[in-house]
Amino acid sequence: MSAQTEELKALTGTTVVDARGTSCPGPILAAKKAIGTVPVGGVMEVLATDSGTLKDLPAWAKKMGHDFLGHYEDSGYLRLFLKKMK
Amino acid sequence: MKKTIIVFSGEFDKVTAAFVIANGAAAMDDEVTMFFTFWGLNALRKDMHVPTSGKTVLQKMFGAMMPRGPKKLTLSHMNFAGVGPKLMAKAMRDENVMPLTELIATAREQGVKFIACTMSMDVMGLQKDELLDGIEYAGVATYLGEADEANVNLFI
Repeated sequence: MSAQTEELKALTGTTVVDARGTSCPGPILAAKKAIGTVPVGGVMEVLATDSGTLKDLPAWAKKMGHDFLGHYEDSGYLRLFLKKMK
Repeated sequence: MKKTIIVFSGEFDKVTAAFVIANGAAAMDDEVTMFFTFWGLNALRKDMHVPTSGKTVLQKMFGAMMPRGPKKLTLSHMNFAGVGPKLMAKAMRDENVMPLTELIATAREQGVKFIACTMSMDVMGLQKDELLDGIEYAGVATYLGEADEANVNLFI
């Protein structure tokens, strides 16, 4: 287990968006919908099962001006984290 | 930055691709304009019969033969006389892909602009009442004006 995963697991007060079971473009639609409820500087966690999300969520975050923090795999799904920057 | 998509084709798979891209772009805060022309107009048709008047015989024939809305579109490959779309719909359900009707509704919720080409509407005899409510109607200059402001333009 990498140090980064430990850091991600240690994050608290995150807004969790469950996009598991949706396929492209479901996860980024879910992220877009939920980001408004996250305070600036807050962390949003996206749960996803579509493996394309590994590339898509960082691309979405970059375009939207947020910081993608990283991801780790839980049992059968991905947990991806980003920090809302504006 | 703005994206423009010309939806010329009226097949289920191509229209689905257009709407996946449109929804993705809108979710990335891009303005999106979709310009529907020729067969692409069928994706905007209401699924029920809409009474019309003043159509020529040829226009009536077009109206009767062309698919009414997203649920009636055929596949560009492996259509198998109508079985193909049902198999594709099942495959998409199995993989949790949003159905086309939902992709269209979500695009509208996200503020994607729909423009129907009035020239092709005239050719095919499609009247405004037969298409989704609340869309815009225009021609090539409007599309080109939008495309000038865009950094991605797709012809599907």
